[in-house]
Amino acid sequence: MTSETPGAGALPPTGAAATDRGVPAVPPTSPAGPEGAHGTRLDPWLHAYADRAHAMRASEIRALFAVANRPEVVSLAGGMPYLEGLPLDVLADLSRRVVATRGTTALQYGSGQGDETLREQILDVMRLEGIDAHPDDVVVTTGSQQALDLVTRIFVNPGDVVLAEAPSYVGALGVFRAYEADVVHVPLDADGLIPAALEETLTALERAGRRVKLLYTVPNFHNPAGVTLSAERRPQILEIARRHGVLVLEDNPYGLLGFSGDPLPALRSLESDGVVYLGSFSKTFAPGYRVGWAVAPHAVREKLVLASESAILSPSNASQLAISAYLATCDWKGQIKAFRELYRERRDAMVGALAEHLPDASWTVPDGGFYTWVRLPEGLDARAMLPRAVTARVAYVPGTAFYFDDRGTDHMRLSFCFPTPDRIREGVRRLAGVVAGESELVSLFGTSGARSVHDVQAPGPDLA
Amino acid sequence: MREDRAVREDRAVTAAPGQGAPLLHAVGAAGPRVVVLAGGLSHERDVSLRSGRRVADALRGAGLEVTVHDVDADLLPVLAQTGPDLVWPLLHGATGEDGSVRDVLELLGLRYLGTDPRASRLAWSKPVAKTVVARAGLTTPEFVTLPQSLFRELGAGRVLDAIVGRLGLPLVVKPSRGGSALGVSLVREAGELARAMVDAFAYGDTALVERAVRGREVAVSVVEDVDGPRALPGVEIVTEGPYDYDARYNPGRTEYFTPARLSGAEAAAVAEMALAAHGALGLRHLSRTDLILDDDGVPHFLEVNVAPGMTETSLFPQAAVAAGHDLGVLYRSLVEIALGEAAVTRV
Repeated sequence: MTSETPGAGALPPTGAAATDRGVPAVPPTSPAGPEGAHGTRLDPWLHAYADRAHAMRASEIRALFAVANRPEVVSLAGGMPYLEGLPLDVLADLSRRVVATRGTTALQYGSGQGDETLREQILDVMRLEGIDAHPDDVVVTTGSQQALDLVTRIFVNPGDVVLAEAPSYVGALGVFRAYEADVVHVPLDADGLIPAALEETLTALERAGRRVKLLYTVPNFHNPAGVTLSAERRPQILEIARRHGVLVLEDNPYGLLGFSGDPLPALRSLESDGVVYLGSFSKTFAPGYRVGWAVAPHAVREKLVLASESAILSPSNASQLAISAYLATCDWKGQIKAFRELYRERRDAMVGALAEHLPDASWTVPDGGFYTWVRLPEGLDARAMLPRAVTARVAYVPGTAFYFDDRGTDHMRLSFCFPTPDRIREGVRRLAGVVAGESELVSLFGTSGARSVHDVQAPGPDLA
Repeated sequence: MREDRAVREDRAVTAAPGQGAPLLHAVGAAGPRVVVLAGGLSHERDVSLRSGRRVADALRGAGLEVTVHDVDADLLPVLAQTGPDLVWPLLHGATGEDGSVRDVLELLGLRYLGTDPRASRLAWSKPVAKTVVARAGLTTPEFVTLPQSLFRELGAGRVLDAIVGRLGLPLVVKPSRGGSALGVSLVREAGELARAMVDAFAYGDTALVERAVRGREVAVSVVEDVDGPRALPGVEIVTEGPYDYDARYNPGRTEYFTPARLSGAEAAAVAEMALAAHGALGLRHLSRTDLILDDDGVPHFLEVNVAPGMTETSLFPQAAVAAGHDLGVLYRSLVEIALGEAAVTRV
């Protein structure tokens, strides 16, 4: 029963001092006797939320991940970089020096666009992927996640279409959902987003009279698919987007973490007017600073700065100056190289263990980044299997998280960034037992195929 | 943090846990020191962490010194070092509710709040609890409990047919152990039963299938005071769709009526069932019985919880507040009762 006043019968928090001590917002003497028309829904503000907030719910899946950070559990779920690889003593000294010598700047409000020195240094980072930009084109944000939020905020009206790969980054889907966009997936293959499929999708959407605002793509070492957009396809994708008048949102947190050869040229290096580029220090350095950035055409950049100021006033100066000092005084390229080698070893452990323990599954072999995308043996549902995995002390992210629609039940994302190679092998070994148990159950009951997924899977930050 | 530890070490010396824990009267003006256990490695870890924080806050508000601890490799050394007056296991699922953590507390000679391990073990298994309360004369929906291996040995289709043939439809399928409605399905058509079994077996090797009873869902919490167990007002749960994890922990989809909209006779019947279940199973200090009140006013026992949820949206605290209790005062009185009993039984 839904009523016009679902919160009726409950007191607002101002009237219930007891809420401070954890008492539910229920009146001490409930008026609901046998004739009481309304109970309580435990949230006196339920009637007040914006429509978009109703989709923001804690899910059973999210609760199951609560065990993932326990040491007994091998988590192949998270997207956390392996920070033990960083020279923490050096960073501690840098932070001390930043506060000691530039404290009145570091601890003060800063520019909404971000620290100018850091913006210049960001150009050096991006030059490794062929991007030639001006410091004025860069907007520093609180992680590239905030840049994603800002771009969506300034471009997407409710009902507008955002194109995204199938599958796509779960954190981006959450942003698009929050702005009530309609995400349409475009298939990818081993060479990334498929140009012909993009053309077809855009044409069909135009024919249907739909307004397509953004093409969101992770071209390098895709999260979750692990694939990379080939050099040949890059200009083709840009040409199609340009022809259809769609802005490309290039999300590139992993581009410098390739395991072989030089980085491919960024889409932004091939085209500056039609691309908003998102970069981040979270995967190549440390996510705790929460520093990412956007590079945008000048008019877009103006709006991004205004939107960012309204959201957060300015990004953290303390974080920016710490990163700036790190880039100026440390061998950051050497650090990235060390990370690449570390993650390559872990990738090898992952695909080796998959070949040994899960020969009936198939998976992508990423040439960089953090993730492999695993297709389960026929008939298995990764989401339904998760409780069994938690019991077996191994965690993964079910594939459904990476789709705006009901797809992905037969896939899971495995990450190899955080656990050591031995733990990765142990995790995959446990996973094989889980898959065997679930396969037996499914064949026993003859149940296979997808079931409907009705909850939204907003990830915790450590799953990004 | 560091200061905290120093204080605790200091206490450990004065409390001298090795020489026998102090009795109630020796606890002192500062009030008893309580360790709340929350977390654990179960599917309900998240719920337990939330319950633990809530109870700890309420107890602190009532003047007690409370620390919250996970069940991990540090726990036993910390308990040995700090020598708390009482441990309150607020663990949901697995070792927290099946009695085994309580067994360890007994091994260590620590006082704890709540049901002892033997009775926890009975209550934790839904089929065992149903059997015990049925023998005590309570009504509970007809059911079968089947391990996955039996379906393999006898052929799943034949067993499923027999279940529907005997119990009819609709049915409720649940893991035989566990809470928060994880792995629970309502089966309206025979074709849905296989999928429901798969979902339940994802949480454990044994599933319970019971006849679904039409009626109102009511949860009745029991708390003990110096005069013995007492039923709190029933909480009636009205949900759009199933009262599943989403409906339990996200305010909105579920409407709670506390007290439940019952006639005097109905209210007495549900209270009596909760007290009878509490007694028949030998539960202690607190419990929550979930039941269905059918259209004829007859309550049907579903399950009982020795560690009922204590989160912002949980049923036990709602019932306590509706009965006029301040949660801090109520939880403190439970602590005192547990300490008082311990003092008496130890002498």
